[in-house]
Amino acid sequence: MRIKALKVAFPQTIPIFTGFWFLGMAYGIYMNASGFSFVYPLCMSLLIYGGSLEFVAVEMLLSPFAPLQTFIMALLIQARHLFYGLSMLDKFKGLGWKKYYLIFGMCDETFSINCSADIPEDVDRGWFYFWVTLLNQFYWSAAATTGGIVGSLLKIDTSGISFVMTAMFVVIFLEQWLKEKEHSASLIGLTVSVLCLIVFGPDSFMVPTMALIVGLLTLLRKPLEKKEVLQK
Amino acid sequence: MTLAQQIITIGLCVLGTMTTRFLPFMIFNEHRKTPEFIQYLGKYLPSAVFGMLVIYCLKNVSVFHGSHGIPELISILVTGGLHIWKRQMLISIAGGTICYMLLMQFVF
Repeated sequence: MRIKALKVAFPQTIPIFTGFWFLGMAYGIYMNASGFSFVYPLCMSLLIYGGSLEFVAVEMLLSPFAPLQTFIMALLIQARHLFYGLSMLDKFKGLGWKKYYLIFGMCDETFSINCSADIPEDVDRGWFYFWVTLLNQFYWSAAATTGGIVGSLLKIDTSGISFVMTAMFVVIFLEQWLKEKEHSASLIGLTVSVLCLIVFGPDSFMVPTMALIVGLLTLLRKPLEKKEVLQK
Repeated sequence: MTLAQQIITIGLCVLGTMTTRFLPFMIFNEHRKTPEFIQYLGKYLPSAVFGMLVIYCLKNVSVFHGSHGIPELISILVTGGLHIWKRQMLISIAGGTICYMLLMQFVF
């Protein structure tokens, strides 16, 4: 049962493997260049396990100690995970001990796969989620630690590699778009984010964006559910 | 920063992250039926969130300065085009990323 789930889960994680290898290495190298031993990227990638916050945390560690600000920043940067949790509430029901690890390890990429995957009927759902989560975390931590160790030794031009994350979200967005009959939510996500980005700027647009998305979806509940009934 | 302060800083990052990941599951636990409104959100939020994450990745792209977001636009079109054509995640992601790296290193 476990092996079967692993066989189905592994191919799904290959794009993440590539992306995490590049980005994780980049993060490790960045930490190394900032004067931290590989123990830092190792611990941070295992425990924080949230890419964008880990990059910001390097800045925090180099600045004067500011615990309150650190905590608020962490909450704001990671606030989108609240959405992921809400989306996975029912899918994670009844999975026993695995559930706690699944929630702990639910980064953007792991959520994307677990939320959008079509798991075959004869594959155990819990184990599928578990392997996806474990493999992704392993890729990330291994890459970050390796980056921290090899650090300055690397002499290839990797500029532009960070686009791998953008490309990944574009593909997931497109995949979701091709799957769904009703595009309102996708369009809301795009337009609200762009508008908030213009109004609030790159450093503070995420919180208003999320609030507006929830607000608009709340207002659209009746028409969207009516449409759903009509389509059936 | 002292070592203790560094540990506290990293610890707070962990705490902040885990709060956002565990909170929904703590509020709506297994024994209670998830309210219909939350089920509705769970169904429609992902599409909106993925749209948001695409924009989040592009947040530091300026249309008015530097390369005007042209390499990003081209690479996104390549990624999307490849995906509609082949529908193979890895090919689309690798193609788009290589396209962007080439543009950044040799053109812009």
